[in-house]
Amino acid sequence: METKVPRARRSKTAAALRELKKAPWSAWFGLIVLLGYTFVALFAPLIAPSKESEIVGDSYMEWSALYPFGTDQLGRDMLSRMIFAAQNSMGIALAATMFSFLTGGILGIMASILRGWFDQAVSRFIDALMAIPSLIFALMMLSILGSTAINLIIVIGVVDATRVFRLTRAVSMNVVSLDFVEAARLRGEKLPWVVFREIVPNILPPLITEFGLRYCFVFLTISSLSFLGLGLQPPTADWGLMVKENATLITYGDITPLLPAGAIALLTVAINFVVDWFLHKTSGLRDGQ
Amino acid sequence: MHPLARTILQRLGLGLMTLFIVSIVIFSMVSWLPGDFAKAILGQAATEETVAAFQKEIGLDKPPVQRYVEWVGNVVQGEFGSSFASRVGYKRTVAELIAPRLANTLFLASLTAAIAVPLALALGILAALYRNSLFDRIVNSVTLTTISMPEFFMAYLLMLFLSVKLSWLPGLASVDAETELLERITRCALPTLTLTLVIVAHMMRMTRAAIINLLACPYIEMARLKGMSKSRVILRHALPNAWAPIVNVVAFNLAYLVVGVVVVEAVFTYPGIGQLMVDAVTARDIPVVQACALIFAATYIMLNLTADIISIATNPRLLHPR
Amino acid sequence: MANDNVKRPTREKGEILLEMRDLRIEGESDDVWHQIVKGVDLTLCRGEVLGLIGESGAGKSTIGIAAMGFAHPGCRFNGGSITFDGIDLMNAPEEVKRKMRGSRISYVAQSAAASFNPAHRLIDQTIETETQQGIRDTQASIADAKDLYSRLRLPNPEAIGFRYPHQVSGGQLQRVMTAMAMTCRPDLIIFDEPTTALDVTTQVEVLASIRAIVEEFHTAAIYITHDLAVVAQMAHRIMVLRHGKLVEEAPTREMLAAPQDAYTRSLWAVRKLAKEESTTYDLILKVEHVDAAYGSAVKILDDVSISVPRGRTVAVVGESGSGKSTLARVVTGLLPPTKGSVKFNGADLPPALAQRDKESLRRIQMIYQSPDTALNPRQRVYDIIGRPLTFYHNLRGKALKDRIVELLKMIELDESYIDRLPGEMSGGQKQRICIARALAAEPDLIICDEVTSALDQIVQEEILKLLLRLQAEFEISYLFITHDIATVRAIADEIVVMNQGKVVQQGLKTKVLSPPHPAYTELLLSSVPEMDPDWLTNLLQKRAAKTK
Repeated sequence: METKVPRARRSKTAAALRELKKAPWSAWFGLIVLLGYTFVALFAPLIAPSKESEIVGDSYMEWSALYPFGTDQLGRDMLSRMIFAAQNSMGIALAATMFSFLTGGILGIMASILRGWFDQAVSRFIDALMAIPSLIFALMMLSILGSTAINLIIVIGVVDATRVFRLTRAVSMNVVSLDFVEAARLRGEKLPWVVFREIVPNILPPLITEFGLRYCFVFLTISSLSFLGLGLQPPTADWGLMVKENATLITYGDITPLLPAGAIALLTVAINFVVDWFLHKTSGLRDGQ
Repeated sequence: MHPLARTILQRLGLGLMTLFIVSIVIFSMVSWLPGDFAKAILGQAATEETVAAFQKEIGLDKPPVQRYVEWVGNVVQGEFGSSFASRVGYKRTVAELIAPRLANTLFLASLTAAIAVPLALALGILAALYRNSLFDRIVNSVTLTTISMPEFFMAYLLMLFLSVKLSWLPGLASVDAETELLERITRCALPTLTLTLVIVAHMMRMTRAAIINLLACPYIEMARLKGMSKSRVILRHALPNAWAPIVNVVAFNLAYLVVGVVVVEAVFTYPGIGQLMVDAVTARDIPVVQACALIFAATYIMLNLTADIISIATNPRLLHPR
Repeated sequence: MANDNVKRPTREKGEILLEMRDLRIEGESDDVWHQIVKGVDLTLCRGEVLGLIGESGAGKSTIGIAAMGFAHPGCRFNGGSITFDGIDLMNAPEEVKRKMRGSRISYVAQSAAASFNPAHRLIDQTIETETQQGIRDTQASIADAKDLYSRLRLPNPEAIGFRYPHQVSGGQLQRVMTAMAMTCRPDLIIFDEPTTALDVTTQVEVLASIRAIVEEFHTAAIYITHDLAVVAQMAHRIMVLRHGKLVEEAPTREMLAAPQDAYTRSLWAVRKLAKEESTTYDLILKVEHVDAAYGSAVKILDDVSISVPRGRTVAVVGESGSGKSTLARVVTGLLPPTKGSVKFNGADLPPALAQRDKESLRRIQMIYQSPDTALNPRQRVYDIIGRPLTFYHNLRGKALKDRIVELLKMIELDESYIDRLPGEMSGGQKQRICIARALAAEPDLIICDEVTSALDQIVQEEILKLLLRLQAEFEISYLFITHDIATVRAIADEIVVMNQGKVVQQGLKTKVLSPPHPAYTELLLSSVPEMDPDWLTNLLQKRAAKTK
């Protein structure tokens, strides 16, 4: 056993590498962009030439060698703020998505196993929440709670958890109805075993794909909120907020405000390309069986 | 009772029920307000009395159930109370604020829907029919890119090129009650174009998926094996079963349009209900936020309900029970 | 209609209608093209019925549909020729092929329920080809369709066409589809497993009507199935296929009398097994007066009492809806009965799973129909078999591994399988792992729910032999749920016949299988096709004589 498991692992890595070699250009592009963004986000303070909200010159300075993208409306270095924003925007979106998967995922699995009144109650409540458009619901909650980073994570997380719940419940329902889960119950296994050994390993692949898509969605929602002035608050650097702050430049034909907007677009396009490839891959494998 | 009628009534009941729960959620917002909220609204200088008077005015001294009943009663009559923000000088009711804005948003949304729905359905059906062709692949990657972008990125790109660089279209969509129809359409061109691009991408992809799903049914293969021509397979065998999925796609995307409007209105400073809601959220003008949220949610529920009922009404199993 | 009461006339062979030479078809999965049909020759004369038989993956459906110049999505022709009545189907323009489909060559699919368009009335779908291709006008077509319905002995032939597909039962839909295939009086009809989804008692009626109408109009047919006994009733000549290649080809009687290839003989392997029955008064399981229902709906089990002797096999036989699987759920505790009791080893078993202790759970194990869903695809054999050992017997470490290897030996698999995932094994191997998992608990009773139905004949035989050997070795009792009489003969000591939630008959195997039978048992047993080309003819004669 001990000697054979690594062999299996190694072949798994080899298989993954083989898949990667066959991947289309779009997936490669997406992966490279994603890695780049992650690197920038992790090492933002080391890369950025100046501090996050340090005023370095006049407002709206032109692009120059010293300030490659010029300065913003308060005279802060655009490039540095773009770099710090990677950390802030991506971090908050990640936290919110994880929050939503934790709550929505757990509730979804519980509903699929317990069925009965628990499933009915949670499902009906979630249905009602989903009847309010997510951006509107978020706006409403934020108007009450106020826009702080923590509130953003919770509010967006809750809104998104409804979608995660739906999916997890559906996927998990399919697995729960399979004979091997019944076999485990007939053996007398307790709930934790059934959940973590029998169900979770089998619903993980679709959930990982969904995580990518939800992350995109959360990221876009937070950017939109920030753009509307209701997300991350100044002086924090955030791409959506930076677009709002410098939007007037557009009317003079200056493309600087498009840079943070483009940064958002590039990231979401990259994630979508990777997820699309992943989806194609997993559905293809299913057909093959 | 005919099962069709029964199912439709059930759905209507469920829709009302959802609306009821949603109204409770929206209403309960006021009770979640933090204690120092009145101060935040009235300013730090507010005295004990003014705070008490304010709380009385928004009804916080009454029991929640009574407040809810009164609120719903008023809402049904189109009366949403009065705005916090305007209370100092002269009083303005929420309804007064909302009415013109709602009309503007509906104008923008209908204009977009009129262009986007037929375009997206046509593109989606074509892409499904010519699956894996060059056309399909191009449309697919373009739409995947489009739906990945934030609306404001698209909006500013269009503004930069079509308005600032080329000066073809006005960059800001400021309209008022006096604006002529033609002028109104010209000013709405950029927001409409932005929304159309986003919606078409979504709707086209979903239409394509729905049609491909349908074409994989055994009865479609059977129709081919019966020697039916391609057009007859589509029109006679696929289409009658396609209403439900297509209607759902359209409803989903019109609902998406409702939300997309908020951001696009902000970019082009279009005086719609989305802008109003954003301003109200910033000012924490709760009655206005509640009213806007309720209108958005009701639209959303009604769209989905309509789609549901159309799918039920075209389901042969329910139309012709055993 | 009267044809099936008389002995089938041997047909005159006409000129050659369909000819395939070195046909090659390949299919795509996961971006790789692989051969599905690997060079098959096929000749069919006018008025002849050719049987294509083979197990899953033999390529028989693909060949059948190729006779229409058609390939399933994801498949393509990559060699050989197909000639139909002088027309080269491989190179004919699509329009020419399209005009032939439905009118000159027609198709009857396996699942009638999925192959009829839910949005249209049956009659409109029946006459579609002839009206569309301008063969007849609507009035004449409708009259003809009604005539065909009555020839196929559909109830109420005047009105049945005006119903929608979901309003008609599966067996009737299959006959309507046959009528639809017949409307243009085609030269050739492809029957693709038309009775596979039906119960045996329904199958007899559908087979009889298909055979009669094909004979009446002297239509050539290709009849595709995996059941040799069925095809023996329908075909003049049989081709046995395996892995996309021809194994053997012969006239029906010759093939049944003297099969040349060992693979052909293996197609009725299970029928050759027969267990010597024996019984004992030492009962391990007693189900007494049990009623059961899902929710508050109709009773699924109605006053069911059965008993299982120690170390013996009780086979529960019945068609779909007989309640035989529900009985298993009651015994395992998944569905507590609304009335009655289950006694195990002389003591009452608590009705619900949650109330049973580990020891009584250990003593009743279950094996499922489909090993694909019964094994967690993410667990290795080590974990699958190891878990009950740890759970019930507290085995760990080396003792655990030794015991797993021992169990693997018992099910005739070697040690190397210990690291495999279910996806890396064949259907038969997976079912063996399921058996080992049940065995690991060291149970007194194993409930086998259609454990061989999803497997190919030859694998079925191996599994049944294995189960018999294990029973002899460890004195395990089996409650064996099945719809297949051949399997019952192979493994049972006692038989319980169930119909619509009730026990019809119960007793020793030979007693239940020999006359006189209660009416339902008679119907069920007589409907099971036999390896005799005259079986259907004789059965229909007998039934006709009785009604007179």
